[in-house]
Formats: sequence, C-alpha cells, structure tokens
Amino acid sequence: MVIKILKNFTKRIFGAIFKRRKEISLGFYGPPNAGKTSLANRICKDWTGEDIGKVSKVPHETRSVQFKEEVEIKYKEKTLKFKLIDTPGIATKIDYEDFMKMKLKKKQAQKRAKEATQGIIEAIQWLDDMDAVIVVIDATENPYSQVNITIVGNLVARKIPVLVIANKVDLKRADIKKVEAAFPEYEVVGISAKYGKNMDEFYESVFKLAKKV
Amino acid sequence: MAKKKTKGLTLHFIPFIEIARLSSVERIKKLLKIILDNKVIILQGKLRPEEETRLIEDTMVMIGNIKGFKGVELAVISGNDQQKSIFDKLRFGLAKVLAGQQDAITIIGPASIVKEMKKDPKKLEVMLR
Repeated sequence: MVIKILKNFTKRIFGAIFKRRKEISLGFYGPPNAGKTSLANRICKDWTGEDIGKVSKVPHETRSVQFKEEVEIKYKEKTLKFKLIDTPGIATKIDYEDFMKMKLKKKQAQKRAKEATQGIIEAIQWLDDMDAVIVVIDATENPYSQVNITIVGNLVARKIPVLVIANKVDLKRADIKKVEAAFPEYEVVGISAKYGKNMDEFYESVFKLAKKV
Repeated sequence: MAKKKTKGLTLHFIPFIEIARLSSVERIKKLLKIILDNKVIILQGKLRPEEETRLIEDTMVMIGNIKGFKGVELAVISGNDQQKSIFDKLRFGLAKVLAGQQDAITIIGPASIVKEMKKDPKKLEVMLR
C-alpha cells in the first residue's frame, strides 16, 4: 500500500515536471503594430483553427497578455507542444491624442492609453516566464529603434533564446536586409503573417529555436 | 515686422561617473527627475538592459499619474563591436567590467519635446516638436 502511494506520488511529480518541460512557453514581443497578434493568430489558426486575439490598425490593440495553451505544431514528422503568449507592444511613450487622430473619441482614447501603459508593464513582467521568444519587427520600419534593442538585450541578459521575425514582407517598403544588419547575431526570417507567406521557413526556425530551450 | 518666438532646448550632460555608484533604482530616479524638468539628457555610457526596461515601466506608471507627461524618447549610440579585433574586444571587455560601458552615448528626452529619434548605426536624428 505504502509502495503504491509512493509510486503514484513520484509518478505525479515527475509527470508534472516532464509535462511542463514538454510545453514550451513561446512569447511574442515587439513594438506596437509589428504584427505579433497577426502571427500568433496565424499559428493558432494553422494548428488549432482558432484565433488568439483581435488585430487592428490602431496601435495598442493588444493591451493585456493573452495566451493559448497546448498548441501542437508539427514539422517534418516531429511534434512540439507550445504555450503561445501574445504580449502588448512595448513602447516608451503613449499619447492619447495619437488615438484621437485615428478617430477615437477623447474618453475612448484616454481609456486606451491608460490600458496600453498597464499592458506594457505587464508585458515586461512576463519576460521571466518565457522559455523562448519571437521578436516581431515591422520590416517596413526602422529596425534600429531602441525598443527592439532593449527587448533583445533583456532576452540575452536572461539567456532566453531569440528568433527575429521581419514581418510584412508583402509590402514593397519592407527591407529584410536592414533587419538582418540590425541583428547580425540572430537568425532573421522574413514573413507575412497576414498572408501566411514563408511560414514553412518560419516553422523550421521555431523548431531550431525550441532545441535551444 | 513681427518678431519670431524662439524656443530653447536644454541639454543636460551626465558623465558616467555621476551614475556609476548609484543603484539601478537611483539611476532611473535621477534620469526621470531631469526629464520631468523638460530637459534632454545626454548620458555618457548606457544603462543595463534591465535598467532600460525599468525605465520604461516607471515611465508608464508616470504617464498615468503626471498630467501632461507622455513618456520618453530614447536612443543609444555605441561603437560597432564587429569591427573590433579580438585584442580590442578583450581590452574593451575588461574596461567594461572595471568601469562600465562608457563607449556609448544615451540620449533620453521627454516625448512632449522630442517627437522622434531616428537611429541608423552611426547616425542619430532627433526630431523636435
């Protein structure tokens, strides 16, 4: 009887540890409107048929951390289980008047700004919970923005494996080479999350990233 | 003829030695105090990554609590490590451990004054409002 209880106990403990190791917490970080939620949605749609969150042209649409657990991704007969964690875009400034320029009423704009500031704090606090992170960069924007460098610097300091994604390659202004030049020490994959362009290469890189966890 | 109104901009230089012995909390506090005074900081050296995120977190808290405060604009320019020889990398690495990273310049300004900072590897454009 005692042996049976001990057996069950050790099975539960080791089982829980093993299970936890099997599910990789994969975070999506980057500045606002880079396409983090679009990419997380694309992955969720591909493997679960559901979305993770809403997307919008107005910045700071994602204002709290949202996640999807037990997302099984298959690549070349291998399967990995992920917990996808979509985080609010990180910025160093928030001005509610910018939202008013995008046709939001003053009260709505102020509410959005307040929630956005709280979302940024939440995103930063979640950094320690990540096993690996995908940094999503808008390939039509300047990759040398300090926010991008701060995010990558923090991940390096925490020894969290990083994959850099140059999103929006469907747009003419996209410049992957500039993103690669800004992050020479990292693999950069150019994709279009909106249209699902180059997702095969993306999944291959995600599996390479998972090996580093 | 009507006189044109001119607006001034104060640049506040902080040598690295001034913050070298401060804790991270004290460093951020010092920088934000100057920014709230509507001055643009030119800091010799750079903050640690975790200090940069701490600066962002504290800035976000202040946006909600200080009227008219919209956040900060921030940029760091530093030497290109890839162009350094192995000997130089070792030399600079040792200097960094002993005296902190001083071969960089950090510019931080209030977003109410600095509209944008456009950075390329070796060039920084500061757009004012």
